[in-house]
Amino acid sequence: MLSVFCSGEVVCEPPNNKLDRFSGTLYWKESKFPLSNQNMLLRGCVLRNTEWCFGLVVFAGPDTKLMQNSGRTKFKRTSIDRLMNTLVLWIFGFLVCMGVILAIGNAIWEHEVGMRFQAYLPWDEAVDSAFFSGFLSFWSYIIILNTVVPISLYVSVEVIRLGHSYFINWDKKMFCMKKRTPAEARTTTLNEELGQVEYVFSDKTGTLTQNIMVFNKCSISGRSYGDVLDVLGHKAELGQKPEPVDFSFNPLADNKFLFWDPTLLEAVKMGDPHTHEFFRLLSLCHTVMSEEKNEGELYYKAQSPDEGALVTAARNFGFVFRSRTPKTITVHEMGTAVTYQLLAILDFNNIRKRMSVIVRNPEGRIRLYCKGADTILLDRLHPCTQELLSTTTDHLNEYAGEGLRTLVLAYKDLDEEYYGEWAQRRLRASLARDSREDRLASVYEEVESNMVLLGATAIEDKLQQGVPETIALLTLANIKIWVLTGDKQETAVNIGYSCKMLTDDMTEVFVVTGHTVLEVREELRKAREKMLDSPHAVGNGFTCSEKRSAKLTSVLEAVAGEYALVINGHSLAHALEADMELEFLETACACKAVICCRVTPLQKAQVVELVKKHKKAVTLAIGDGANDVSMIKTAHIGVGISGQEGIQAVLASDYSFSQFKFLQRLLLVHGRWSYLRMCKFLCYFFYKNFAFTMVHFWFGFFCGFSAQTVYDQYFITLYNIVYTSLPVLAMGVFDQDVPEQRSMEYPKLYEPGQLNLLFNKREFFICIAQGIYTSVLMFFIPYGVFAEATRDDGTQLADYQSFAVTVATSLVIVVSVQIGLDTGYWTAINHFFIWGSLAIYFAILFAMHSNGLFDMFPNQFRFVGNAQNTLAQPTVWLTITLTTVVCIMPVVAFRFLKLSLKPDLSDTVRYTQLVRKKQKAQHRCLRRVGRTSSRRSGYAFSHQEGFGELIMSGKNMRLSSLALASFTTRSSSSWIESLRRKKSDSAGSPSGGADKPLKG
Amino acid sequence: MTWSATARGAHQPDNTAFTQQRLPAWQPLLSASIALPLFFCAGLAFIGLGLGLFYSSNGIKELEYDYTGNPGTGNCSACALADQDRAPPLRCSCSWYFSLPELFPGPVYLYYELTNFYQNNRRYSVSRDDTQLSGLPSALRHPANECAPYQRRASGLPIAPCGAIANSLFNDSFSLWHQRQPGGPYVEVPLDRTGIAWWTDCHVKFRNPPLVNGSLALAFRGTAPPPNWPRPVYALSPDPNNTGFINQDFVVWMRTAALPTFRKLYARIRQGNYSTGLPRGAYLVNITYNYPVRAFGGHKLIVFSNISWMGGKNPFLGIAYLVVGSLCILMGFVMLVVYIRYQDQNDEDEDEE
Repeated sequence: MLSVFCSGEVVCEPPNNKLDRFSGTLYWKESKFPLSNQNMLLRGCVLRNTEWCFGLVVFAGPDTKLMQNSGRTKFKRTSIDRLMNTLVLWIFGFLVCMGVILAIGNAIWEHEVGMRFQAYLPWDEAVDSAFFSGFLSFWSYIIILNTVVPISLYVSVEVIRLGHSYFINWDKKMFCMKKRTPAEARTTTLNEELGQVEYVFSDKTGTLTQNIMVFNKCSISGRSYGDVLDVLGHKAELGQKPEPVDFSFNPLADNKFLFWDPTLLEAVKMGDPHTHEFFRLLSLCHTVMSEEKNEGELYYKAQSPDEGALVTAARNFGFVFRSRTPKTITVHEMGTAVTYQLLAILDFNNIRKRMSVIVRNPEGRIRLYCKGADTILLDRLHPCTQELLSTTTDHLNEYAGEGLRTLVLAYKDLDEEYYGEWAQRRLRASLARDSREDRLASVYEEVESNMVLLGATAIEDKLQQGVPETIALLTLANIKIWVLTGDKQETAVNIGYSCKMLTDDMTEVFVVTGHTVLEVREELRKAREKMLDSPHAVGNGFTCSEKRSAKLTSVLEAVAGEYALVINGHSLAHALEADMELEFLETACACKAVICCRVTPLQKAQVVELVKKHKKAVTLAIGDGANDVSMIKTAHIGVGISGQEGIQAVLASDYSFSQFKFLQRLLLVHGRWSYLRMCKFLCYFFYKNFAFTMVHFWFGFFCGFSAQTVYDQYFITLYNIVYTSLPVLAMGVFDQDVPEQRSMEYPKLYEPGQLNLLFNKREFFICIAQGIYTSVLMFFIPYGVFAEATRDDGTQLADYQSFAVTVATSLVIVVSVQIGLDTGYWTAINHFFIWGSLAIYFAILFAMHSNGLFDMFPNQFRFVGNAQNTLAQPTVWLTITLTTVVCIMPVVAFRFLKLSLKPDLSDTVRYTQLVRKKQKAQHRCLRRVGRTSSRRSGYAFSHQEGFGELIMSGKNMRLSSLALASFTTRSSSSWIESLRRKKSDSAGSPSGGADKPLKG
Repeated sequence: MTWSATARGAHQPDNTAFTQQRLPAWQPLLSASIALPLFFCAGLAFIGLGLGLFYSSNGIKELEYDYTGNPGTGNCSACALADQDRAPPLRCSCSWYFSLPELFPGPVYLYYELTNFYQNNRRYSVSRDDTQLSGLPSALRHPANECAPYQRRASGLPIAPCGAIANSLFNDSFSLWHQRQPGGPYVEVPLDRTGIAWWTDCHVKFRNPPLVNGSLALAFRGTAPPPNWPRPVYALSPDPNNTGFINQDFVVWMRTAALPTFRKLYARIRQGNYSTGLPRGAYLVNITYNYPVRAFGGHKLIVFSNISWMGGKNPFLGIAYLVVGSLCILMGFVMLVVYIRYQDQNDEDEDEE
């Protein structure tokens, strides 16, 4: 079928990651066709309103622009993991040092003493010198002391992480009832890093917002509609909504549309001309395509959801946009079909921020309908409407304060002559060879003036549930949130406001939109200067700045006042270049909120990488679409929003759940606990191994450095596996310092994780020091007691086996008491494990030292009778008690003093909770910001110009339906479905139109 | 294409205390009401115990004599000189005269003490075969390899008991003589050489091989004594219940010491007139000096001691308890002061609020 094309050839650029650019040439039948981005479909695109089309695959697989945008998958590890590896290396070095010291000791000892002791203890045959003996002893000690290198640590850490992952999976509070999706920890290796996140990079659409636009309010000729009123006419609170307005009068109404204010419908029914004109405008002035599969079943295909919302609103209020042809628009106005002649579409673009249509109504009147951003449109109104203007402005302010996106609607009557003349000029302008855009813009500008104000609409870009609260909470937890979105600037800023990332309390919001390196650099420089110049008294003060001074990379971080940065994709491209990235980072990090708009997937990843590289902070990326995949892969932790559309983000992510608001629970509760538990676990683990092993080292000095162990071999084998593993595992899995509600109430509790306070090199050395201290006491106290002691029946006490049992017993008791101190949350399981470990120690001890086992294997169980003989001695128990108290009391004293002098927030919270069971509201850190907002217009058509040109050209109408391609990788399942269908269709369909290139 | 989160997580997580991390738990907090009493009580208890230990340790009498015989230290020097460079040494005797001005209260225990003797050396302490010592006939003639080089004699005969520990059995012997009246005759004080080892050691861990024709000597036929031993193991003592592997001297020696300086019980003095102690008077200890220690700088001591409820003299424990107890009390006061000050501060803070 495509064989006719065989002679064709495409010459194009090599595979690259630029989504908005393509250049190539198609050679076919000796003629050249230029190929631009207009002719390209990106991987993952969906064809809508099209039964089939022909295309040519230019790049496939990893060469596609989208795949070029996705980062490489890297193996993710937590910072604690890396630290642990370093520490284990250090410990290994320490082990070798100990080995060397003891080996030297052995050589000296053998030379000084051992040589002369040969009458009783001859050297082994192979040993001919003290030096060689020392060499052998080195290896013996490496074997004996290897328990300092915690082999079982890795296994235990994984077990704990697995437990934490299960807790995430099991969490009911992260289960989305609506979509029946639980949260899912897709990797089990990153849990504790969730407690250390400093930067959150969030996608906007589908993550912060639901990508659903709802027609929420409107102002028509000075009257505002849309407030939810209760019976008495007061604004009703949420939760007590009355019945929605009943649209049953209109058979064409979309029953998914809900509106709460019945007065608007009354106004329409009353036939108020302003209201009618208002909805007429909404039903005419747009670029929506309609599809009517069955009579009365209308489907609107809107390029941006805002437009869809507006047209749907008009539809429900009785102005149903039914169908359009290149030259006409058919609207059912209150049940009667009216066909307007479409004369011109003055399309939207970023500079104009408005769109207009010029239509001729059946009576022959020509009218221009315009909708656009308030800032632009209010200047172009007819001066006679001052009063209406001020009322509408008030309404607009009010809407903006509620975080709604507003549009102003206006119309203008044109007379035939003027229009004819204007149409001529427009034609000339559109045919002009150079600066066509500018000429057209001025022609448009001319006609869109002196308009009559109709009113304003307010659209709610529906946020996901709980987004502003989550962002506020995360901000209080010192987590910086950056929004990286492919949307255009206005949309992103709007969302920034509605989810309280940006507030009017902010000192300034910097907007960087430069197109060249110099412009961007200049804008960034100005922003920094402004931040530095501002009086430092502003703002709520950086109280913790001294604490964090170590982390400051520049004075900029201590800037007073709240700033925000909004940067555009094309500026970001320059800002991310090697020589400017630090400047950008510095500026951005000084701001409280950063919004990057119109960024490509790769840029998202680059921003994340930049922060990751230079800030040494833990980053988390959250998103739902395929365009977030590279960012999710790059960040330390990637979170996928599941259950929305598509699974690419989820598949690439480390954690997934279905609502952005669960992020607060994931970080503040699960992450915080995980981090806390892991740190406590590691501290204790290193401690117990050092306390256990270092005793051999001290003993070495008293046994001729002969690599004699202090303990029974079975104790050495079982210590790590049986006697001490389960209590610390239970702590690592179940421990909680404060209940989950408190971590939400006091977001500052999250800070220790970000500052890496609970386990770092310093903490490690403290643990090691404590372990060594314990080991010293563990050896020297029994040494002091046993040196000349005898039992209460006069026989020798200080035999090796009794010594071993005494030291081992005190060690097990000391480490058990220590884990008891460390355990903050004694569940039944903790009790069981801790007491059980002690019990099992004594049980095994007595079993190993029993006659029965000795009778069977006399050479294996040499300690026969030892336990009962040794542990019956009061001296032994006095020794054990003394050792325990001396080892534990300093720890208790230290903790008590720390609690009294320098309590952590978590200690204070626990203390407060203990003292006053009832919670005090004033302690709640959650500030409810009463926001006074400036007006923000959201003429939020998404990425490109509308379809105006397309509609007017009528190209899209050639086939019965529209061939629109939009870049929507989100609906992955559906696009593959449709692709498959298309394929089979086209395979079956007869040839024809095969040579027709796809436009659009 | 239907593989989605919905399909995976169709059912809701269980709402149990375990899965929701709401297990009932005890959350102890190191509050002043726990920590301060803990410190004071522990301190007081320790001081009390320490005083008890200290006084009972002080009440214990000890009498010791270094008979190593380094030149110019008593009359064992001759033996010491004689034993140089000889192993096994010749029999040599020396004595130690001492007098007790008052009763040495009983029961009195006689110990020998060795210093700088590394029974805890790993190579030394593994050089034994517990299977052989437990009286297993098969093991008797096939000593374990750990015993090397005291596994077999040059003649190929297996050594019983094998190993360096057995070979280095302490073989000095002592007898105690009492002169009741000045100038009077010395009467031998009976030394009880039994009951000086653990019951489990004599009855479980160490056992003689089954007698052959009623004779222990026949049971040991085909084995050789360790090179240092002048007589075979079955002739260690004439008492049939105290010879062979279960000879108590041997058993005591085989229970190796933990530290290079150690004391082992030699005999108990509890018979006849001496059950209440050693009455005052002049005493003589006759020492059969066999055991060379000067080569490696060791010392040999004889120690007379009695014991209390907590065993022999042990000043360390009492002092350690006193020190730790006082430190606890001191720490308790420091903590109390800090607590009170902190409390004030806290109240002020709250007032400010």
